[in-house]
Amino acid sequence: MAHGPAKGITRWLYTTNHKDIGSMYLWFSFAMFFLGGIFALVIRAELFQPGLQIVEPNFFNQMTTMHGLVMVFGAVMPAFVGLANWMIPMHIGAPDMALPRMNNWSFWILPFAFAMLSSTLFMQGGAPNFGWTFYAPLSTTYAPPSVTFFIFAVHIMGASSIMGAINIIATIVNMRAPGMTYMKMPLFVWTWLITAFLLIAVMPVLAGVVTMMLMDIHFGTSFFDAAGGGDPVLFQHVFWFFGHPEVYIMILPAFGIVSAIIPTFARKPLFGYASMVYATAAIAFLSFVVWAHHMFTVGLPIAGELFFMWATMLIAVPTGVKIFNWVATMFRGAMTFETPMLFSIAFVILFTIGGFSGLMLAIAPADFQYHDTYFVVAHFHYVLVPGAIFSITAGVYYWLPKWCGNMYNETMGKMHFWLAFIGLNVTFFPMHFSGLAGMPRRIPDYNMMFADWNMISSVGAFLFGAAQVMFLYNVIATIVSGKKATDEVWENPEGLEWTVASPAPYHTFSTPPELK
Amino acid sequence: MKWLPENPNTRLTVKLTAIVSFMFVFAIFIMPPMYDAFCEITGLNGKTGDQYQAVDVKIDTSREIKIQFVATNNEGMPWQFGPEVKTVTVHPGEQTRINYLAKNTTGRDMIGQAVPSLIPYKAASYFHKTECFCFNQQALLAGTEAVLPMYFIVDQDLPEYIKTITLSYTLFDATDRFSKEELLSMAEAGPVTLTAEQ
Repeated sequence: MAHGPAKGITRWLYTTNHKDIGSMYLWFSFAMFFLGGIFALVIRAELFQPGLQIVEPNFFNQMTTMHGLVMVFGAVMPAFVGLANWMIPMHIGAPDMALPRMNNWSFWILPFAFAMLSSTLFMQGGAPNFGWTFYAPLSTTYAPPSVTFFIFAVHIMGASSIMGAINIIATIVNMRAPGMTYMKMPLFVWTWLITAFLLIAVMPVLAGVVTMMLMDIHFGTSFFDAAGGGDPVLFQHVFWFFGHPEVYIMILPAFGIVSAIIPTFARKPLFGYASMVYATAAIAFLSFVVWAHHMFTVGLPIAGELFFMWATMLIAVPTGVKIFNWVATMFRGAMTFETPMLFSIAFVILFTIGGFSGLMLAIAPADFQYHDTYFVVAHFHYVLVPGAIFSITAGVYYWLPKWCGNMYNETMGKMHFWLAFIGLNVTFFPMHFSGLAGMPRRIPDYNMMFADWNMISSVGAFLFGAAQVMFLYNVIATIVSGKKATDEVWENPEGLEWTVASPAPYHTFSTPPELK
Repeated sequence: MKWLPENPNTRLTVKLTAIVSFMFVFAIFIMPPMYDAFCEITGLNGKTGDQYQAVDVKIDTSREIKIQFVATNNEGMPWQFGPEVKTVTVHPGEQTRINYLAKNTTGRDMIGQAVPSLIPYKAASYFHKTECFCFNQQALLAGTEAVLPMYFIVDQDLPEYIKTITLSYTLFDATDRFSKEELLSMAEAGPVTLTAEQ
C-alpha cells in the first residue's frame, strides 16, 4: 500500500496527494506574495515624495489594483487553502482530502488565472486600473479593454476557491477519524469549516457580479448603467455582499492558526474552546449583514446607516471574546518566545489595533471624514498584514519542521520577525495620521503637508519587503540544509500531526489513529 | 433523498454545488430586482415611478410646492438639453405640463435617453408623472430639435415639511443600443407619443 511519490514533473502535475497539493498552494502563494509586494513597492516608491517621479498616474492605478487583487486572491487565499490541504487531514486523522482529483484541479487552474491577470500588464491600454473593488462604471464604461481578461481571471479564481471549499467541507464532514467529534476538532479545522461555508455562499456572488459586468460591457445589458435604467450603486451592494464575508474568509483561518500556536508556547490548553467555536460562527453570520458599512457615503437612509453601524459594532463582541481567550491562554502560562509565538503575539496585538480603527470607521457620521482616505488603508492593512500574513507566517514556522523534517534557523526567524514587525508599523501606523489629515487613497500625488508621513511609510515598506526576502531564504535553507527536527518538534504540542514522523510520511493515517 | 448518489462525498458535493448555483442565480437574477423593488418602495435612489394613471382628486389650493428643474448632460452627450422654465409653483393634485428642449447639435442622427432623479428622496413616491419623455428614448436626426413635454401631479399626501422638490434629468447617449432602422422609425414617430394630452 505504502508507495512514495512519482518521479519528475508529472508528480506535481498529476498528484492527488494532499501534502503535494498543499505544498504547491503554499509555493504559489509565496510567489504571488512577492509579486504583489513588488507592486506595493512601486506604489510606495512613487509616494516617497510628492509630485510624480517614477510612474505615470495610470500605471500607478494599475499597481494599486493589481496589488490588491494579487494579495487577496493570489497570496492570502491560496496560502490558507495550502495550509488547509496540509493540515486538515492530519488534524482530523484522515488519509487524504475527500475529493483528491478535484483538489488537483482546483490548484492547477490557479496559475492560469494569475498568468491571465498578470498578462494584462502588457496589453494595450494596460492592466485593470479601477481598484481591486472594481466599482462600476469605472470598471465597465471607462475600463481598459483588458477588463475582460480580468473578469475571466476572477471567474477562474472563484471556481478554484469554490472547489477548494467543497473539498474542505466534504473532508471535515465525512473523513474524521472515529471518535473525532465536532467539538474535539482543532480550531484550525473549525475555522476552516466555517470559512468554507462563507466561500460557498459568496464566491458565486463575486462570479455573478463580474458576469453582470461582462454582460454590460459586451452584451448590451444595463445592470450598472444608468442610461439603460440600471444603477451603479447596485454594483456596490452586490460587490460588498461578497466583499465583506470575503474579509472574514481572509481572517477566520488565521484565528485557527494562532489558536493552535499560542497554547503550545504558553504550555496551557486553549482557554474557552467552545466559546471560540461559537464566536467564529457568530462572526461568520454577522458578516452577511454589515456590507453597507463600506458605502456609508452613497446616500443610505438614516435607518440604513444606523442598522449597518450597529451591526458592524456588534462584530466587536465575538471578536473581543477571541482576543480575551488568547490573552487568558497566555495568562500565567510558562511562555517561551520562539518565532511562531512572536508572530502570534504580534497578531493578537496588531489585529486588535486594526479592530479598533475598524470600530472608528463603523461610526457612520465619523466615516464621512475617514471614507476613501489613508485611514481606511491603515485600517485594513492592520487587519490583513498582521492578521492574515503574520498568522500564515507563524503557521509556516510552526509546521515547517513537520513538513520538511528540518528545523528552521531560530535566530534568523526572530530577525525576520523583528524586521517585519518594525517595518509593518513604520509603514502603516503613519497612514492613520495622513488619513485623518485628509490624504485620499489611490492617488499618485499628494499635498506637501503629507510629505513626512509618506516618506516614513515608504521607508517602512522597503524594510518590510526586505524582511520577507529573509523569510524566503530561511525557508529554502531549512528545506535544503536545516538541522533534523524531532517528531514532536515542540514541547508537548497538542494535535494528531505531532504523532507522525518528521518529515510527515507521504501517506499518513491510512489506518485511522486511536483517539485518547 | 433517493436520487442523490450513494457515496457520502459525492452526495455532499452535489448539495454544496446546488448552494453554489443558487447563490450565482441569486446574485444575477434576484438581487437586482430586489434592489429595484426596494428603491421603488423607499424612493431611495431618487428614481421616480413609471407612468401614473391620474385619479380624480380635489386640488389642494392651500399648499404651494415649488418645483425646480435641472438638466445635466452625461459625459460625451453633445446635445443642447434643458428645461424651458427653471421653476414652477404648483398645488398638490393639480396636473401641470412643463417642457424640456433638446437639440441635436451634431452632424449625425442620435438617440438620447433621459434618466430622472429627484430630491428629497422622501418626495419621490409623491411625485407622479402621467406622461414623460423619459419613459422612452428620443431620436433626433442631425441638427433637429424637439420640445419634450412632461406632465406631473404632486400627491396631496406629500409630507407637510416638503416645500421644494428638485427634479433632475441626466441625458445619456443611447445611440449604440439601437440599429439605424430603429433610429429612423423612432425619429419618424416624433419625439414623444402623447397619450395624456388634455
